[in-house]
Amino acid sequence: MSFKIIGKGVNRKDAYGKVTGKAKYADDFFEKEMLCGKILSSPYAHARIRNIDVTEAEKLPGVLKVLTYKDLPYIKFATAGHPWALEAKYRDVADRLILTDKARFVGDSVAAVIAENELIASKALELIKVDYEVLPHVLDAEEALKEGAPIIHDERPNNLVSDFGNEYGDYENDFKNAEHIMEGIYETSIVQHCHLETQSAYSYKDIDDRLVIVSSTQIPHIVRRIVGQALGIPWGKIRVIKPYIGGGFGNKQEVIIEPLVAAMSLAVNGKPVKLTLSREECFVNTRTRHAIKFYIKTALSKDNKLQSIHIRGFSNTGAYASHGHSIIMSAISKFRPMYNFKSFKLEPKTVYTNLPVAGAMRAYGVPQIIFALESHIDDICRKLKLDPIEFRKDNLISLGHEDPISHVKVRSFGLPECIDRGKKFIKWDEKKKNYQNQKGDKRRGLGMACFSYFSGTYPVCLEVAGARIILNQDGSVQLQVGATEIGQGADTIFAQMVAEVLGIPLDMVHVISTQDTDITPFDTGAYASRQTYIAGAAVKKAALEVKEEILKYASQKIGVETINLDIEDAKIINKNSGTEICTLEDIALETFYDRVYSKPITSDTTVNIKTNAVAYGVTFAEVEVDMQTGVIEVLEIINVHDSGTIINHKQALGQVHGGVSMALGYALSEKLIFDEKTGKILNNNFLDYKLQTIMDTPKIDVDFVETYEETGSFGQKSLGENPAISPAPAIRNAVLDATGVYFNKIPMNPQTVFEKFKEMGLL
Amino acid sequence: MYSINKIYEPKSLQEALEVYNDKPNLVIIAGGTDVLIKLRAGKLKDIELLSINNLKELNKITYEKDGTIIIGAMTTFTDIFRSEIINKYIPILAEASVSMGGPQIRNTATIGGNLCNGAVSADSAPSLLTLNALLKIESLNSKRLLPITEFYEAPGKVKLNKGEILTEIIIKKEDYENLHGKYIKFSNRKAMDIAMLSVAVIGGINNNKFTKLRIALGVSAPTPIRCFKAEEYALYKEINEEVIKEIAKLTLEEARPRDSWRASKDYRLHLIKVLTYRALNNCVKMAGGYISE
Repeated sequence: MSFKIIGKGVNRKDAYGKVTGKAKYADDFFEKEMLCGKILSSPYAHARIRNIDVTEAEKLPGVLKVLTYKDLPYIKFATAGHPWALEAKYRDVADRLILTDKARFVGDSVAAVIAENELIASKALELIKVDYEVLPHVLDAEEALKEGAPIIHDERPNNLVSDFGNEYGDYENDFKNAEHIMEGIYETSIVQHCHLETQSAYSYKDIDDRLVIVSSTQIPHIVRRIVGQALGIPWGKIRVIKPYIGGGFGNKQEVIIEPLVAAMSLAVNGKPVKLTLSREECFVNTRTRHAIKFYIKTALSKDNKLQSIHIRGFSNTGAYASHGHSIIMSAISKFRPMYNFKSFKLEPKTVYTNLPVAGAMRAYGVPQIIFALESHIDDICRKLKLDPIEFRKDNLISLGHEDPISHVKVRSFGLPECIDRGKKFIKWDEKKKNYQNQKGDKRRGLGMACFSYFSGTYPVCLEVAGARIILNQDGSVQLQVGATEIGQGADTIFAQMVAEVLGIPLDMVHVISTQDTDITPFDTGAYASRQTYIAGAAVKKAALEVKEEILKYASQKIGVETINLDIEDAKIINKNSGTEICTLEDIALETFYDRVYSKPITSDTTVNIKTNAVAYGVTFAEVEVDMQTGVIEVLEIINVHDSGTIINHKQALGQVHGGVSMALGYALSEKLIFDEKTGKILNNNFLDYKLQTIMDTPKIDVDFVETYEETGSFGQKSLGENPAISPAPAIRNAVLDATGVYFNKIPMNPQTVFEKFKEMGLL
Repeated sequence: MYSINKIYEPKSLQEALEVYNDKPNLVIIAGGTDVLIKLRAGKLKDIELLSINNLKELNKITYEKDGTIIIGAMTTFTDIFRSEIINKYIPILAEASVSMGGPQIRNTATIGGNLCNGAVSADSAPSLLTLNALLKIESLNSKRLLPITEFYEAPGKVKLNKGEILTEIIIKKEDYENLHGKYIKFSNRKAMDIAMLSVAVIGGINNNKFTKLRIALGVSAPTPIRCFKAEEYALYKEINEEVIKEIAKLTLEEARPRDSWRASKDYRLHLIKVLTYRALNNCVKMAGGYISE
C-alpha cells in the first residue's frame, strides 16, 4: 500500500498548544464563585460506620454543605468504563456508593465537604466526627478466600468477585503424556498509572437545569451514563465535557469523582463545585494495577514442544470490583495467540481485599500474565538447557491461527521477524559468548520476552465508534470523533486518515479535540488500544462518504463521470490524465452557495466493528547487576513491534518510549507499599513511590515490523498499550542470565535483590 | 492553599534577628523545600513565617586570605555545585550538592536549610562532617561557632536556641588542604530522591599510609554521624586490601541504622560496609595511594 500522509512522522496537532500552555485542562477552567469540594476518607481498612456527625463542620464559616451517604440516593453502581451491557449477566459488579456506609479500605470516601475554598474545606474535614466500629481486615487475595476471612461485601461473603475461566482440549491427557512438566509461581506488585494530571472535575447546572460536568476522563459518554445511574437521574439531563487530558493510562477509564462532584453541585443548588484530587489522594482513592499471582504448569513433549498450559491466577482487586474480573479475563485471552498449546486450563480468581481499588491500567492484565508466562518460558529453557529464542520460535503459532474460544484470527503475524530483528540489534550471540563465567562484582546478562495483544475488545465488548466530518467553504474540514485524545496522539492519527482519504493537506483537517456528550458522536472512549483500529474505521468511512459527495457534486458540475475524478492536494483532478480541473475550494464553495444545487457536505457515521487484530512485539534487554548492592542497571533495551501499518512514526516512537519507561519502573522500582497491620499506604507520593526519572532511563531503541492487517482501515493494529507489556520479563530474564537467580516477583528493587542474594548465599 | 497566617520578610540580617528575637515562635523559611511540604501535608498549620530569603548577605561563597572557605547559609545547592571555589577546593561538597533533589529543588533549597531541618538524609551533612565544618550561629545578642559534629541532637532536631539563625558554614584550610574525598549517595533513583544511605570519605595519604582520614555516614544512625573508631584505626597503617576492609567494617561500630519500610536494617548495614569500602578505594586512588593485596 502506498500512502501520502499515513506513515509520515508529522507533528502532533496539539503540540504547540500544549507546550505553550494554550491547551486547557479540567483544572484550568473557572466559573464565577466556583466552590471547592474535599473528601473525608476512612483511616481504617475495614470499619462499620456507626454514626457521622457533621454539625460542627457545617457550622464553620465558609462551609456550604457536608455530604454523607445519608444525603444521597442509596444506589449501588458499577464504576468500570465499559459499554453498557443490555443483558444483566454481562454487567460490571454494582458494589459502590458515591459516599460509603462502610469503610472497606484506608482512603474510602466517607464524607464530602463543599466550601468556599480549599483551606476552609480542609478545616471542615477535621470537624466531621465519625464513629467507626473497626473490623478485622485482609490484604492478601489468597488469605481473603480462606474460610473465616473478613467479609468485605455482604453480597459476596466469600470475597470472590468471579472465577470464570477457560478450558480447551484434552488437558489431562496432554499432561499425562508429557515428557516434562514444568511449574513456577510468579507475582506482580500493585503499581499506579502516575498520569501527570490527577483526576479533576467540576460541575454545575446550566440555564436549562441540566447538569454539566467538565472532567478529565477517557470516556465522556460512559461518564454520562454512570453519573445518571449513580444519582438516579435521566441520562439526557447530564452533559459531560472532556477538555485536554494530562494522561490517563486506564485510570480515567473509570468513573471516579464525577458522581460525587455532580452530587456536590446538586447539594448547593447547582452552583459550580470543583473537585481536584491531590497526588496523595490519587494514589489511594482512584485505581491501581492489579497485583496478580500466577501458578503456572506446562506440559512439554519429548521434542520440547509446548503441549498444554495450566494457569491458576489470583487477582487482588481491592475493596471494590471496578473492572474486576475482566482484567484477568483479558490476561488469559490475550496471551493465547502466541504459543501453540494444544490444550489449556485457565483458572482465574478475582478477589476482594481491604486494599485500594484496582482497575484498568495500560494493557489490562496482560503485563502481569506476560511477566509470568515469559519468565516461565525462560525457566523452562534454563532447566532443560535450551536456547530461549529457538525454543520460542519453535513453539509459536503460525499465520492463520484461530483461537478456539474467542475465534479471534491471526491475519498478520510479524512476531518471528520482530524476534530476529531484536536479536540482531542487541548482538545476542556475540554478547552471550562474552558473558560466560563472569565472576566480578558487576555481571552482565541478556534477556528477551515476547507478547501478543489485541486491538480493541471484540468479541467481549461492543466496539462502536462514531465520526462526523463537515466540509467548509474553503475545502478544509472539521473532524469530530467520540474517541478521545488523552495524550496518546489519536487526534493527529485521525487527521492523517482524513487528509489521506480526502487528498488534502493535514492543516486543512481541523480536529475538534473536546468531546461534549451533547454534540460529539457516540464512542465508548479511549481504552484497549482501540482508537486507531476501531475509531480509525469510522473516520475512514466518514471521509470516504465526504469524498464521494464531493466528487458527485464535482461530476455534476464539470460533466466528468465520478469514476474519472479524484482529489489530490486539495484539487479536483482527472484521474486518468492527472490534470487539474478545479480546486476543491471551487467545489466546496458551490456546495454552500449555489442557488439551485446548494447542499453543504457533511457525514455523520458510525461503525460497529466485529473483528479483532492481534498485535505482537518483543523486548530485548541487556543488564548489569551490581552483585554487592543489588542495583540492576539496564544498559540496552529495544522493543520491536508488529502493529501493522504505523500511521505516524514520530508518535509511534513516543508511544513506545513511554511504554518502555513505564515498564522499566514496573520491573525495577515501582510498588505501592502498605502497612500490613493497618492496611494504610506508606508511599503515596512521588518521593517514596519510585517512579523512574529520565536519569534512570537508558536509551530506548525502537523498531517496527510493518505487516499489513487486512481488517485495519489502513492496515493498522494496536500500539497504545503494547510497549508496556514485555520489558519487565525481558529484564527479569536478563537478570537471570547475569546472576543465575530466579526473580519471580517484581519489582526487583535493590532491597529485594539484596534479600534474594542473601537467601541464595551470594552475600 | 497553605495555612499561613502571616509572613515577615526582613531585608537585613539585623532586622531578621530583631524580629526573631521579638517573636521566637516564628517558623523560619529559607528555600521552602521543607517548610512548604510540611504546610501542604498539614504537619504545620496556622503559623507565622519568618522568611530569610531577602538576606543577601547570607547568599555567598567566599575564599578568605587564610584559605578559609565561607558559605552563606542561604546559598542554594545550584550555586554551590557551580561554584569555582567549591569545585576547586572541596569538590566533595559539589558532588553532594548536585546529588540533591532535582534542578528545581536545587535552585531554591539552601545549604543552611538542609542542615537546620535536621534530616538524617541531608545530602550536605556527611560531606560537611568530613570537612570539619564550623557553623556560625547568630542571635540578636550573641554569636557562636559550633563544630558540625556537635550540631545534631536527634532526628529533625539541631542545637539552635530560640532566636538563633544559622548564618555561615565555615571550612578551614587545614581541613581540606591536600585531602581527597568521595561522596556516595545510595538511593533508588539517580535523581529526585533522598538517600537510602550515604557515605562521605575524605583522606590524605603519605607513603601509602593515611595521614588523615575522616568518614561520615548519612541515614545510618538517628543523625548524620562520623565514624571515629574506623578513622582512628586507619591512621598510619600501611594501606592494603585487608586494612581497607577492616576500616569499612569498623564503621559499623558507630552506625545504628534502623529498620524501616524504605530499607531494612540488614541491608543498610551491608550497604555501609560496601559503600565505605568503595568510597575508600576512590579516596586512596585520588590521594595517590594504592591498595596492595
